[in-house]
Amino acid sequence: MSDQKIVKSNSQDVQKEMITRNYDKITSGKVKVSSTFVPGNLNELLMCFDIANNLPEINAIQNAMRKKSGEMIMEAERSGHSEDVCTYVKADIGMMAKGNIAPNGKPFPDPDLLLLSYTGCFTFLKWFELLREQYKCPTVMLHVPYAADGHVTQNMRDYIVKQLKEEVIPTLEKISGIKFDIDRLREYLRKSAIAEDDLVWMLESAKHKPSPIDCYFGGVYYMGPIFTAFRGTDECIEYYKLLREEIQERIDKGLCAQTPEGDMAEEKYRLVVEGPPNWTSFRDFWQMFYEAGAVVVASSYTKVGGVYDYDSFRHDPANPLETLADYCLGVYTNRNLPTRVDMLARNIIEYEADGLLINSIKSCNSFSAGQLVMMREVEKLTGKPGAFIETDLVDPRYFSAANVKNRLESYFQMIDQKRRAGGSAIAA
Amino acid sequence: MSTKTVKDIVANCQEIFEDLDFRRAREWKAAVPGRKVIGYMPVYVPREIVHAAGMLPLGILGGGADMEVIHGDAYYQSYICRIPRSTIELAITGKLDFVDGMMFPSICDVIRNLSGIWQLLFKDKYVRYFDAPQNFKDEVGGVFYANELRELKEGLEQLGGRKITDADINNSIDLYNENRRWVNRVYDFRSDYPWKAPSAEVYLLMRAGMVLPVEEHTRLMQEYLAAADAESRPVKDNCRVVLTGAFCEQPPLNLIKSLEMAGCYIVDDDFMMVNRWLQRDVPATGDPIDNLVKAFLHHSAETPAKYEDDINVKGAYLLNTIAKRGADGVIFAAPSFCDPALLDQPMLISRVEARKIPYITMQYAENSGQMQPIREQAGTFADSIKLWGAA
Repeated sequence: MSDQKIVKSNSQDVQKEMITRNYDKITSGKVKVSSTFVPGNLNELLMCFDIANNLPEINAIQNAMRKKSGEMIMEAERSGHSEDVCTYVKADIGMMAKGNIAPNGKPFPDPDLLLLSYTGCFTFLKWFELLREQYKCPTVMLHVPYAADGHVTQNMRDYIVKQLKEEVIPTLEKISGIKFDIDRLREYLRKSAIAEDDLVWMLESAKHKPSPIDCYFGGVYYMGPIFTAFRGTDECIEYYKLLREEIQERIDKGLCAQTPEGDMAEEKYRLVVEGPPNWTSFRDFWQMFYEAGAVVVASSYTKVGGVYDYDSFRHDPANPLETLADYCLGVYTNRNLPTRVDMLARNIIEYEADGLLINSIKSCNSFSAGQLVMMREVEKLTGKPGAFIETDLVDPRYFSAANVKNRLESYFQMIDQKRRAGGSAIAA
Repeated sequence: MSTKTVKDIVANCQEIFEDLDFRRAREWKAAVPGRKVIGYMPVYVPREIVHAAGMLPLGILGGGADMEVIHGDAYYQSYICRIPRSTIELAITGKLDFVDGMMFPSICDVIRNLSGIWQLLFKDKYVRYFDAPQNFKDEVGGVFYANELRELKEGLEQLGGRKITDADINNSIDLYNENRRWVNRVYDFRSDYPWKAPSAEVYLLMRAGMVLPVEEHTRLMQEYLAAADAESRPVKDNCRVVLTGAFCEQPPLNLIKSLEMAGCYIVDDDFMMVNRWLQRDVPATGDPIDNLVKAFLHHSAETPAKYEDDINVKGAYLLNTIAKRGADGVIFAAPSFCDPALLDQPMLISRVEARKIPYITMQYAENSGQMQPIREQAGTFADSIKLWGAA
C-alpha cells in the first residue's frame, strides 16, 4: 500500500461525514433503530416513523476496511458457524461477540426491530433469524419474489404491497408509536427521485472519454448516501448535486478518473465489472487497476441497492407503496441471469468498454453462482474478452494479491492483443 | 399382494438410482406420443399439477457419487456446492435431453441462479422458477401462491397443449395423498423396526419415487413393506438418530450405509422432502389450487429454506421428529457450501443442546469417497450414546 497522502474530493468528505453522522444517530440512544439490508431497503418508509436505519453489510464493510473483520469472522467460526458461509454474516456475529462496537467507537444499541427485506439474497433470511436469536427483538419479513422471467408481474407487486400494508407498516407503527402518514412518504419519495436523477447522471458520466470517474472503486463512495440512510432527504439531494458539479468540472477539464493518489494520468483500459469488491484490501485492489491505467466505467455493484439506469426506474410519489415494491423487485441480484447478462453487455457497448471483468465473491452465491456462464454469454454478445478473478467480501484469508494481480495483468495483455488484432480501439 | 422379495425390490430401486440416463422415465415418455417430462429440483414442488397435466414429474437430485463431472466444473467456482455442477453435467451431456421443462424451487441462491443458466443455455426448454411464499397468511402469501400455481398451471397447459381441469388436479391430489400415506408408512415402519428396513433400502425406495409414475411408486412401497415385514433380519444394538440437513444435495449412498454400519439407525431424515412436505392429506374435492395453497401454508414441513416467523417455533419440526421417533440423537449432515443448511445449523443445535440431546455435525459432497472418518465419527457417537446415554 502506498504511503502517499490520500487524495479526496469535497464530495467524498461530505459522504464520509454523512455516514459518520448516521452512526452517531444510531448510537445516540435517542432514536429507535431498525437493522435492515441495503438491497431493497425501505429508507423512506423508516423515516416516516423516525426510525434510524442500521445496515449490517455496511458495518461489515467498515470493519473490513479497518482490518477488523478477519478476527470477527474467526470468532463466529469458533462459535460454530461454518467456514463455508457468508462472511458478512460471520463478521456481524463476530462483531456482536466482541462488544458490538460501531465504527464511531460507541456501542451499537440492540435494534428495536429487524426489518428483513428478503430481496435478491437468500442469506438475508438466515442472517436475521440468527440475529433474532441474539436480540430477541421484533422481526418483520418483507418477502420480495424473484423476477425470474425478467419482468415484474402484478402478482409480485400486489404481494409486496399487501405485506407492506398488513405486516411492515403496522409493525413500524407499533415500534415507533407514530401513525403512518402516506403524504409524508410521498414527500420523501419525491426527494428520492430528484437524487436518483443525479445518481444516473453520475453513472452515465463514465461514457465520456476519458471517464471522469471510476464507477466501481469510486462508485462505492458515490452510491453511499443513496443506498444507505439518506435516500429521500434534502441532504441526499444536495450531495448528488455537489457530486454532479464536481464531475462536470472534471469533464470540462478533460480529467481522467480520480484515485486515492490523484487523477489517473492516462486511461488505457475501460472495463465493466461484475460483482462486489473485496473490502479487506480495497485500496490495494484499486491500485492494481489505476496503476495499469484501467478505469471501471460501469459495474453491477453500483446497482446492488437499486437499478436506476437500465429501465428508468425512479421512486414515484404518486404510487408510494407500489413504487417501493417495484424498487425492491428491481435490485440487481433480484433479476434473472439473462437480464443481468443484457445489462452488462449493454454497459460494455454503451460505455465503449474493452471487456468484462468478474470479481467472483466466495461469500456471495447470489452474485457468484452462474457468473462463469454469464461471462461467456457477455463475450458472445459483445465480442469483447472477459476475465475472472476470485476474492471475498470481508474475509482477508481469501484475498491473494499476487494471484489477482497476475490475472489482471494477463487480462490487460489480452485486451492489448485484441486491439492489435483489430478489436477494441485504445481508450481516449 | 406381490411375492417379490426385498432383494428383488431393492435391486430394482438400485438400478433406477444408478441409471443417470433415466431409462424408466424415457420409456414412460416414449410409450405414448406427445407425453412430456418435467424435471424438478429439491425441496418441494406441487407435483400434483404436473401430474394433472399428464406429464411425468422427474426429481433431479444431481449426478450422485459415481458421475464424473468434466464439463460442470467449468460452470461453477470451487466454493459452490456440487449439485448444480453435476446437474449441468447431466444436461450438457444429453442425459436430460428428453426433459421438456425444469422447475427450480426457491431454496437458495444457487438453485435460483441455476434457473437462469437453464434460461441461457437451454432456450427451447420450459423453465419455471418456483417461488413459494415466505408469508403464511391466507390473504397475503396465500393469494400470491395461488396466483403462482395458476401461472404454473397455465404454463404447463401451454406446453402440453391441453387444459388442466379441476377434476384432473383433484384426481392427482388423490393419488399423491395415497403416495404420501405410503411414504409415511414406510417411515413409520423403519422407525418401529429399523433392523427390518435399513436406511439405504428406504433411501433407494424413495429415490425410485423421484423417477417412477406416482401410481407405480405407491405399488412399489406396498410391495416393499409387505416383503420387509415378512423377512426376518437380526436386530442390532444400534442407537437411533435423526439425520437432518441433507434436503437438497444428497449424500452418497455409502454415507447412509456407513452410518448404520457404525451403529446408528436412521429413524428419520430429510433426504427427499418433496414426498413428505405436506403433513396432511390435501382435500381432493373443491378448488384444488385453494386446497394446495392451504396445505402449503398451514400443514407443510420445516426446512431452512422456509422462514419461521415465530422464534419459539424455530426448530420445532426437528424436535417433534426426535420425540416422535424416540431418537437418541441427531446427525447434522450438510453438504459443503450449502447456505441454507449451514446457516440454519447453529440455531437448530441451540435447540437440541438446550434439551441435552446428543448430536454430531458432518459435511459431505454427493461424491464424497472417504467413509472411514464418517464411520469413526458415527461409531464414536453411537458408542457414547450407548455407554453414557442413560446416565
